[in-house]
Amino acid sequence: MNSGVRRTTPYRVASIIILVILALLFLFPLYWIVTGSLKPVTEILNPTPSFFPKEFTLNNFDRLFSKRTAPLWELAVPFSSQFSADHKPIFFSVGPTVPAAFRWLINTVFMAVAAMILTCITASMAGYALAKKRFRGRGLLFSLIVCAMALPKQVILIPLIKEISALHMWDNLWAVIVPTVGWPFGVFLMKQFSEGIPGEILEAARIDGASEAKTFTTVVLPMVQPGIGALAIFTFINSWNDYFLQLIMLGSGSNYTISLGIATLQSETSIDLGILMAGAALAAAPIIIVFLIFQKYFTQGITMGAVKG
Amino acid sequence: MKLRKTLAMLLATTMVVGLAACGSKPSEPVSSTPAAPPAASTPAASTPAAPADNVADSITVWVYPVGGWGDEAKVKPLIDKFTADTGIKVNMEWLAYADGDDKVNSALTGDNAPDVIMEGPERLVANWGVNGHMVDLSDMIDATDRQEILPAALEAGTSADGKVYLYPMFNVAHCMAVNYTAVKEAGAEANIDLETRTWTVEQFDATVKALHDKFGGTVAAVYCAGQGGDQGTRELIRNRYGTKLTNAEHTAYTWNTPEVINALTDLKNMPGIEFDASLAGGDEIAKFYQGVLKMAFCWNAAQQLDPNSAGTGEGKTLTGDEIVYMCFPTQEGKQPEEGSGVWGLGAFDTGDDARIAAAKQFIKYMCDSENCAQAGDISNFFSCRSMAEGVEIKSSNPLLVEYYSKMMPYMGEYYQITKGWAGARTEWWNMLQRVGAGDDIAETVAKYEANANAAAAG
Amino acid sequence: MSRELARRETVSAYLFLLPSLIFFVGFVVIPMLICIGYSFTNANMNSKTVATTFVALQNFVDLWKDETFLLALKNTFLIVLVSVPTVCLFSLWVGSAIYNLKGPVLSAFRCIFYLPVVTGSVAVTVVWKWMYDNYTGILNYVLKGAGLIDKNINFLGDERFALWCIILILFTTSVGQPIVLYVSALGNVDHSLVEAAKVDGATDIQVFWRIKWPQMMPTTLYILVITTINSFQCFALIQLLTQGGSGTNTVMYYIYVTAFKMTEQQGHFGYANAMGVVLAIFIGILSAVQFRLAKEK
Repeated sequence: MNSGVRRTTPYRVASIIILVILALLFLFPLYWIVTGSLKPVTEILNPTPSFFPKEFTLNNFDRLFSKRTAPLWELAVPFSSQFSADHKPIFFSVGPTVPAAFRWLINTVFMAVAAMILTCITASMAGYALAKKRFRGRGLLFSLIVCAMALPKQVILIPLIKEISALHMWDNLWAVIVPTVGWPFGVFLMKQFSEGIPGEILEAARIDGASEAKTFTTVVLPMVQPGIGALAIFTFINSWNDYFLQLIMLGSGSNYTISLGIATLQSETSIDLGILMAGAALAAAPIIIVFLIFQKYFTQGITMGAVKG
Repeated sequence: MKLRKTLAMLLATTMVVGLAACGSKPSEPVSSTPAAPPAASTPAASTPAAPADNVADSITVWVYPVGGWGDEAKVKPLIDKFTADTGIKVNMEWLAYADGDDKVNSALTGDNAPDVIMEGPERLVANWGVNGHMVDLSDMIDATDRQEILPAALEAGTSADGKVYLYPMFNVAHCMAVNYTAVKEAGAEANIDLETRTWTVEQFDATVKALHDKFGGTVAAVYCAGQGGDQGTRELIRNRYGTKLTNAEHTAYTWNTPEVINALTDLKNMPGIEFDASLAGGDEIAKFYQGVLKMAFCWNAAQQLDPNSAGTGEGKTLTGDEIVYMCFPTQEGKQPEEGSGVWGLGAFDTGDDARIAAAKQFIKYMCDSENCAQAGDISNFFSCRSMAEGVEIKSSNPLLVEYYSKMMPYMGEYYQITKGWAGARTEWWNMLQRVGAGDDIAETVAKYEANANAAAAG
Repeated sequence: MSRELARRETVSAYLFLLPSLIFFVGFVVIPMLICIGYSFTNANMNSKTVATTFVALQNFVDLWKDETFLLALKNTFLIVLVSVPTVCLFSLWVGSAIYNLKGPVLSAFRCIFYLPVVTGSVAVTVVWKWMYDNYTGILNYVLKGAGLIDKNINFLGDERFALWCIILILFTTSVGQPIVLYVSALGNVDHSLVEAAKVDGATDIQVFWRIKWPQMMPTTLYILVITTINSFQCFALIQLLTQGGSGTNTVMYYIYVTAFKMTEQQGHFGYANAMGVVLAIFIGILSAVQFRLAKEK
């Protein structure tokens, strides 16, 4: 990066100072979660907050773990809920009983990864077709996608629940995954990306006699790879954070995600901040660790996505 | 290049896992199938009992956190015992008051209702019952049961057309509480009669004033962030000048009265009392428990036994202050009416006779058998019946017995089954928010009462 | 021949679109159509006891008389109109202030501003609720300690503050991605143009607006789109912080409340869906405007 002359002007100094202050403010909620989860309840509830825990304890995590339990995994016969008598899945393997928070984490990871992969596959194919093929209905479809992109899911709340229930998918992580994949932002993003593929290359591949599928996998995919990276990150974080779909689609505690689990721990008569902070820490920790490790790929993925698009 | 390889790998793994779990529950993502052979790993294979042919072998039970029933560790032994005795497996789920209704309603929307649910008549009877989602349990209640069950509780569980949608389990009088240590420090303990636990509006106001003078800030909050614990604010306001919020037939709301308007005006103008739209009942208890608030309006026996479910001992705040439960203040010579809380079990009409049969078996086991006592003990409330199947049901906890003798005589009628209740309670806390924000009290009360009556009519 | 080619192109295009369309049509378009259908009825959760009938435009007429709805509509647009420009400007400023810093410092800043995004909305909400607390919140403690206020502010319980508190949280969870995007867009600006302008005696500010800004237009548009989307996704904040009270109701939240909390009102499903249709129309217009602007640039 040779950004030319770097001068130290008063404006630069001032802006760096402001930035540092802002950075500290942005870090503070996270710091407050982590220290809060390690403080004893008496200290958390004290009207005079202590900026640094006077006493460290794992008691909050203890209570969080003992509050609810769930089997670590439940492997079901595929599609068993479609044909079983009461439309409940038939399990062929059930894991040992553990604190439910662990099961929630596993559920969340499964949900986010499945949504991410399905979205990347379907969106990259659709985006390529929308960008590079001329066909009837293209304009209409694209307008539909653009309009649906910003549509909040609350709008289709009632029909969606009825539909998912009719498919016997309610209270099942797939009920959360499937609408996430249907959300057309990915198609839009991949279309913007695929616009950048030069037509001559596609033409050359066709003249070489490559099939459509072959052209897509060997020519198109490598070229839109950065876009897929951006989309993967975006979808993963979005589905991890999509509290609303999880709230309306998941009914039983062993199917909760970590966000939903923590939100449910707040009940009418016991708002136990200790447990909540421990839960929040547990919910945030895995994704933050993944982010910090792959930070470079995260930012690269996101940026390549937009700059080229 | 490496990215592509990793992506391909990830893809492949997830496809496999995805397929395995498709249309069903998720699996552990990466580590492949466990070594255990399928089917053999099902737990508790040694159950002696098996359900009859026409009874489902598993049911789903959703409970709201009613007293101690919100605590999985306390409930589990009883549920395990039920499974051992009957062979019916129970999938228990715990709901929160904050979003429990939403969960049940979204389940109902898609015909995914649970088999059994535990809550009060305002939901089970007035809402889901009369709207045709529940099973009539009147065939489970015979003449002996009618003698043994508290008549008021049974009445609350029965709809206007005589269908029993809620089998009563336990009840309690909702009251209020004061931080007695703080009151003594403020020198206002003369206002508090530990013998009768009743007080007049003047005594209450004097206590608030003394506490406010001594500690400053907010002594007590008229909380109105949501419907959680709203019985506390209702009882506080309606007892102040002694009125009722609904008509005697429970068909309409009658809270647009001078009594309510004057009570709201008094509270709004009283230093130390704040209308707080950031707190719901549960938050208020937490603040009281921390010693921040000196009075709580969302109180009952379970709170007194284990304040804020924190396990710090009976009747003690976090800082060790003594908590004293009190009736809501009334005008001189008027008898207080405490909020009535009744809870029980109901069965959703799932359209599946085997599941309904299993649900009824569960209800019978919890509400009308020798296990009734244990179910009541878990709740920290009072059992709704004196005898069950020839066994006497009675609480052994001295505090509960004392609370019972002091508070239960003042228990008011159960008016929460009035038509349109779910809408009306929303109007109630919205009304309090408007009053707190400084709107004209008489106009606000009139407007929100009209809304509530519209809900009752629609 | 060319017609044959066009036909083949269309078939292959739809084959590529098929997997995506299954999900999009199945779980977005069809529910939307059902939603429109419902909005003309008095559909109810309690269909066992109350028959569903066609009510034509009654729901929409009622909506325009419903004060709660109008307030929610106002709040929804307030959130979008406030948060989209502030997020864009703030991230542009942060981006331009940090893009030419040294590698590790740059990535540290990028990371920090991105952290609230990955922390997860529920975890973030839980901790902010505690920080905003009227009695034991650290914000009040700090403000009081600094002598800025003398009486605790009831951040979430006071309608003068509550909506802004929610916008603030939304802001912290929205700026991460735009900052990252602007940093790299600024890094990719054509330097020969910048140098040439400087030789011609252009000031830093002129260079920024005349040379760099036009080159970043695609990035800005992308940021506008994702920030708008983000602003409509504030459901969790409202559900967990205020339940729509203290003047923080939005249409998204009111739909949910009407559908699942006011279950005794007749026709509440139809009414909720009518709200959905109105919101969808507004969002459609908003998107159309955004893209028309994008085309013109």
